[in-house]
Amino acid sequence: MITLGDYLIVSGILFAIGFAGVMLRRNLIIILMSLELMLNAANLSLVAFSRFRVDSSGLPNYNAQVFVFFIITVAAAEVAVGLAIIVALYRARQTTDVKDISSLKF
Amino acid sequence: MSPFLFWLFALLTVVFGAAVVINRNPVASALSLVVSFLGLAALFMSLNAYFIGIIQVLVYAGAVMVLFLFIIMLLDLRAEERRQINWLASAGGLAVALILSSQIFSVVGHLAIAHKAFPPLPGSTIDDVRNIGATLFGNYNLPFQIVGVLVLVATIGVVLLSKREPR
Repeated sequence: MITLGDYLIVSGILFAIGFAGVMLRRNLIIILMSLELMLNAANLSLVAFSRFRVDSSGLPNYNAQVFVFFIITVAAAEVAVGLAIIVALYRARQTTDVKDISSLKF
Repeated sequence: MSPFLFWLFALLTVVFGAAVVINRNPVASALSLVVSFLGLAALFMSLNAYFIGIIQVLVYAGAVMVLFLFIIMLLDLRAEERRQINWLASAGGLAVALILSSQIFSVVGHLAIAHKAFPPLPGSTIDDVRNIGATLFGNYNLPFQIVGVLVLVATIGVVLLSKREPR
């Protein structure tokens, strides 16, 4: 029997993997991919809660699914802008390594 | 959905998600991310969220990943050469991630509703798209239009950012 907790644990592990990727990796593109992983982990727990809350008409709670729809839209826009920034940065500095881009570092 | 399929797709999602972080080659990372997203789409389908599952495949596994692969090939990134690893930073990152996941485990373990199975779904979710559309254009009409403006602004921003400056 699959419980709500199983989905939440999978979502939590996925979020932790994405978080570790942001902390450990130095390539900006991989960091962006890890961010996507974290957003998707949040989506998974939202959809699991949506399925858990069955309303009086016998349907899942669609508010959470609409929220996931918004997250996916914003994430797609974010990836496009982020990759454009990476391309502009690569043009200026010929690198995507965060170690080489430290002008703003304190 | 049978427990076997759930664990299969959960394992697929988590293992290939970890492969994204572990792989040194950016192209291998991107392809692992595709598999991870497909497993996640299957998990969405198992929760009767067919529309979200299909959107996941179309937007993430399709559009976003093509964008990532294009940029990786455009910039001609090679596998990261083995630099001296900053062990302190790596250990710190891993420790924070482990603490975060153990925290999530303990919260989920103590949550009463987390041990309940999903309630039965008497209503039909075959017309999932119609129900989501009714919610989206009914309750969430204004946020939907704002998201439209956001996408327009992002498009203009991307065009401006990637334009070569005239000399």
